[in-house]
Amino acid sequence: MLLVDPFRALEVEREFDRVQREMNRFLRGTQPATAYRYPAVNIWTRDEDALVTAELPGYSIDDMEISVHNKSLTISGKRRPVKEENVTVHRNERKPDEFQRTVLMPFAIDAEKVTARYEKGILTITLPRLEADKPKKIEIRA
Amino acid sequence: MANKEKSLQKREPETVSTVERTRSQKVFVPLVDIRETDNAIVLTADMPGVDEKSVDITLEKNVLTIDGRVDMVTPDGHQLSYMEYETGDFQRAFTLSDEINREGIEAQVKDGVLQVTLPKAEPAKARRIDIKVG
Repeated sequence: MLLVDPFRALEVEREFDRVQREMNRFLRGTQPATAYRYPAVNIWTRDEDALVTAELPGYSIDDMEISVHNKSLTISGKRRPVKEENVTVHRNERKPDEFQRTVLMPFAIDAEKVTARYEKGILTITLPRLEADKPKKIEIRA
Repeated sequence: MANKEKSLQKREPETVSTVERTRSQKVFVPLVDIRETDNAIVLTADMPGVDEKSVDITLEKNVLTIDGRVDMVTPDGHQLSYMEYETGDFQRAFTLSDEINREGIEAQVKDGVLQVTLPKAEPAKARRIDIKVG
């Protein structure tokens, strides 16, 4: 008969987790600097639609593009760089002048009804759920 | 990977301010560009969610502080189901050198970007000394 001590098993599992964490820590910083996603997004949802917000300071509406396909939303844009002569740059911390990001929604988007607003450097996109994709209530007959 | 996640985050101040804030919101350090031209030093700060009414710029002694208040907006009937960034106020302070003309400092906010222009003080004019033939 094989006896398994559940507490011992848990300990082994913890040890695995620990090793994985260590590995992650070791690998951090080896990633190329360009591999990050920008901008960061927050997603607000309710039954009929979702709101995607992103902090994109200093872009203009004309330089941003929003496209929707089935479940995915893609935003891209360019920030016009300031061209000046005889400039000494002391600090350059602000995020890249170009971005593209695709976010997948958990439902099919009604592309015709998508609206977007850009205010104080925050982009808010409203993504209505496709009517055919909405859950249907099924009557139970006696 | 952890690295990717990290780069999305806004920076929180590294040093703890000795002055406490009355607002309970988080405070972030805005990312800035600083450029110097012949006539001025231009400071550009990314402060999404800030407009001209919610930003304060103060100059005390030689410390320039930029302070932006951002209010968290919860859309009606929605709930936050995925979050990559947090909303909070912005604050950062810079030490200015004496060569700034304090009276001429200008600031403007557009699309969540604050731009502060710090004109340089008139440099002491070069004086030409005539040499007389003796």
